[in-house]
Amino acid sequence: MSNEKIQAELAKYEASVEKAIARFPEREHLPEKRLYTPLDIKDTDYADELSFPGVYPYTRGVQPTMYRGRFWTMRMYAGFSTAEESNKRYRMLIENGATGLSCAFDLPTQIGYDSTDPISEGEVGKVGVAIDSLADMETLFDQIDLGKVSTSMTINAPASVLLAMYIAVAEKQGVPADQLRGTIQNDILKEYAARGTYIFPPRPSMRLITNIFEYCSKNVPKWNTISISGYHIREAGSTAAQEIAFTIADGIAYCEAAIKAGLKIDDFAGRLSFFWNAHNNVLEEVAKFRASRRIWAKVMKERFHAQSEKSMKLRFHTQTAGSMLTAQQPNNNIVRVALQTAAAVMGGTQSLHTNSRDEALALPTQESVTIALRTQQIVAYESGLADVIDPLAGSYYVEAMTNKIEAEAWDYIKKIDDLGGAVAAIEKGYIQKEIQDSAYKWQMDVESGARTIVGVNKFQMEEEPPKGLLKVDEAVGERQKAKVEAMKAKRDNEAVKAALADLKKACQDENENLMPHILAAVKTYATLGEICNVMREVFGEYEAHVSL
Amino acid sequence: MEKKIRVLVAKPGLDGHDRGAKVVARALRDAGFEVIYTGLRQTPEQIAEAALQEDVNVVAMSILSGAHGHLFPKVVDLVRKNGMTDALIIGGGVIPEGDIPALKEAGVSAVFTPGTPTSEVVKYINENVKL
Repeated sequence: MSNEKIQAELAKYEASVEKAIARFPEREHLPEKRLYTPLDIKDTDYADELSFPGVYPYTRGVQPTMYRGRFWTMRMYAGFSTAEESNKRYRMLIENGATGLSCAFDLPTQIGYDSTDPISEGEVGKVGVAIDSLADMETLFDQIDLGKVSTSMTINAPASVLLAMYIAVAEKQGVPADQLRGTIQNDILKEYAARGTYIFPPRPSMRLITNIFEYCSKNVPKWNTISISGYHIREAGSTAAQEIAFTIADGIAYCEAAIKAGLKIDDFAGRLSFFWNAHNNVLEEVAKFRASRRIWAKVMKERFHAQSEKSMKLRFHTQTAGSMLTAQQPNNNIVRVALQTAAAVMGGTQSLHTNSRDEALALPTQESVTIALRTQQIVAYESGLADVIDPLAGSYYVEAMTNKIEAEAWDYIKKIDDLGGAVAAIEKGYIQKEIQDSAYKWQMDVESGARTIVGVNKFQMEEEPPKGLLKVDEAVGERQKAKVEAMKAKRDNEAVKAALADLKKACQDENENLMPHILAAVKTYATLGEICNVMREVFGEYEAHVSL
Repeated sequence: MEKKIRVLVAKPGLDGHDRGAKVVARALRDAGFEVIYTGLRQTPEQIAEAALQEDVNVVAMSILSGAHGHLFPKVVDLVRKNGMTDALIIGGGVIPEGDIPALKEAGVSAVFTPGTPTSEVVKYINENVKL
C-alpha cells in the first residue's frame, strides 16, 4: 500500500472510531496515538538507524547472535548480614543456576566507614553485606572460584578499595588478575544526582575513576570498570527518556575526564558498561533499551571519534524496577517482574537481576529469590521471547517510540552540554530537579487516579500482614565489630601504618595512579574505613545542597 | 496572619533513598505547611537539633535501609530531651508491619508504609497537630 493510500485509510479509520470509543483524556502518559502505521516510521532508514545485530548503530543488539549464542547472565543481586551469611546465599544461587554473582554491600561499606564507626550503628549488615577488610572478602568468596564466576559489585565511592580486595582474594586463590571477570559500579555522578552514597567531591572522585580505567586496561583487562547507571535515576523518579539521557551524559563526562587524564578513547571505552531499569511499561522500555544503544554508538563515533567497534557497543545490565513493587498484595509483584523481565529480554540485555515479590517490605527470603530467578529461566527457556533477535523491530509503534525516546534524550543531552556537562549540571542541581519533578508528577498521578497501580489505588483488598519476612539479626553489628577488633589485633600494624602513609602521599600527587597503593594497603589488612579516611583527609568530603 | 504548621522532613542514617522524603516534603508544602528538609545522612543528634532550631511541630522521618528500629527511637528520645514534648513524630519507608508496634511504643505516633497517598499524611498531621 502506498503511503498516500495508508494516509487515506487511516483518516477513514480515525473518523470511524472517533465517536465510538471512550477516551481517557486524563491519562496523558498514554502514547500520543492509539494506532501506529507505516507512516510513523517512513523516515526511519533501515541501514542508518537499525541495521543488523552487532553492526553500528547496534539498535538491534550488540552481539551478532544475541541469545541464539547464549542467554543473558542471570545475575541476582544479593548480600546481607555477615560475609559468612552472604557466602551461603551466593553458593545457593550458583547451585540453582545463577550464572553470575552480584554483591550488595551494607551502607557503611558503601560510604567507606568501618562497622566499628559510631555512624555505622544500626546499619551494619542491613542492606547488604558488611566488608571491613580483606579478611571479610576472603570469607565472602570462600569456595567460589573467582576464575570461573563473574562478579558484579555495587560499590561506588570506595570502588577502588573493593576492587583491590577482590584482586587480592583472587591472587590468594591462584587466579591472576587478567582472568578476572566482573563489574564495579564505580559511577559516582549518579550518586550525587540520585543514589546518595558519595564520599568525596567530584574532582577527586573523577580521578579515582580514571585511575581505575587506566589500571584495569593494563592489569585487569576483562573487568568492566564502570557500570554507568540509569537504574537509580529511574528509581528516584525520572522518566524513561531522562533515565538514558542523564546516564549517557554521565558517560560522556567520564570519557572526557579520562581523555583529559591522557587516556585514549579506545583503550578504555570498550570496558564501559551500563545499567538500566526495566520498568512497568513493556513496550516503552524495549524502545528505551534500543534507543540507548543507538545514542551511545553515535556519541562514541561522532563525538569521541572512537575507532574500535567495542567502544561503540552499549552493553548493559538490567534490574527490574524496585520502586514499582507494591507492599500491597505482594504476590502481584511476581507478575510485574515477569513483564519487566520480558521487556529487558526483548530489549537485548546482557545480564539481569529480577527483584523478589517481598522487597517493598524487607530483604527477600530465599523462597522469593528463587521465584525471581525462576522467572528469568521461564522467560529464557519457555516463553519464546529469546528465540529471535530483537523481535519487536519493525513494529510501527516500537520503532516510532524508539525514535521518540532518542529525540527526547538528545534534547536533554544538549541541555546538559549547554550547562557545561554532567558534573556542572549536577552541581547546579538541574538533574536532581528534573528527576524530583517527574517523581512528584508520578505520585500526584497515582493519587488523582490518572495512573492505576493495581492493589494500591484500585482493586485494593483487606490483607493479613505478610508473614515470614527476612529479618537481619540485630546482633550482626556487634558480631562484625568483634571480628574487626580481633583482625586488627592479629595483623602487622606497622605494615598497615606504612601502607596508609604511602597512600596518603600518593593521594597528594595528582599524577600518581592510586590503584597500586590501595592494593598494597588492602593486602596489609588495612580496613576500608582506614583507607577511606586517608582519602577523606586529602580529598575532603562532598556536601550536597538540596532544594525541593 | 494564620500560623502554619512547621514540619521537619528528615533522613536519619546512611540511607540515600530520598525519593519518598522529597515527594512527601513537596506534598506537605503544597498542602500549606512550612517544610524544612534536612538532606541525607543525618544523625539523630543533628535531627533533634534541627527540630529545635526550626521550632517545628512535626518531625517526619524516612528510612528505607532497615535501620528504623535503631534510629527512630533515638530521634524520639533526643527530641523529647530537648523539651519538645508536643512535637508530633512520624515515620515512613520500607518498614515491615511487624516492626510498627515497637516503633509506636517508642513514641513514633504513626508509621506510613509504601503505597500510602501523601494526602493521608497531610490529613494525619492536620488532625494531630494543635497550634
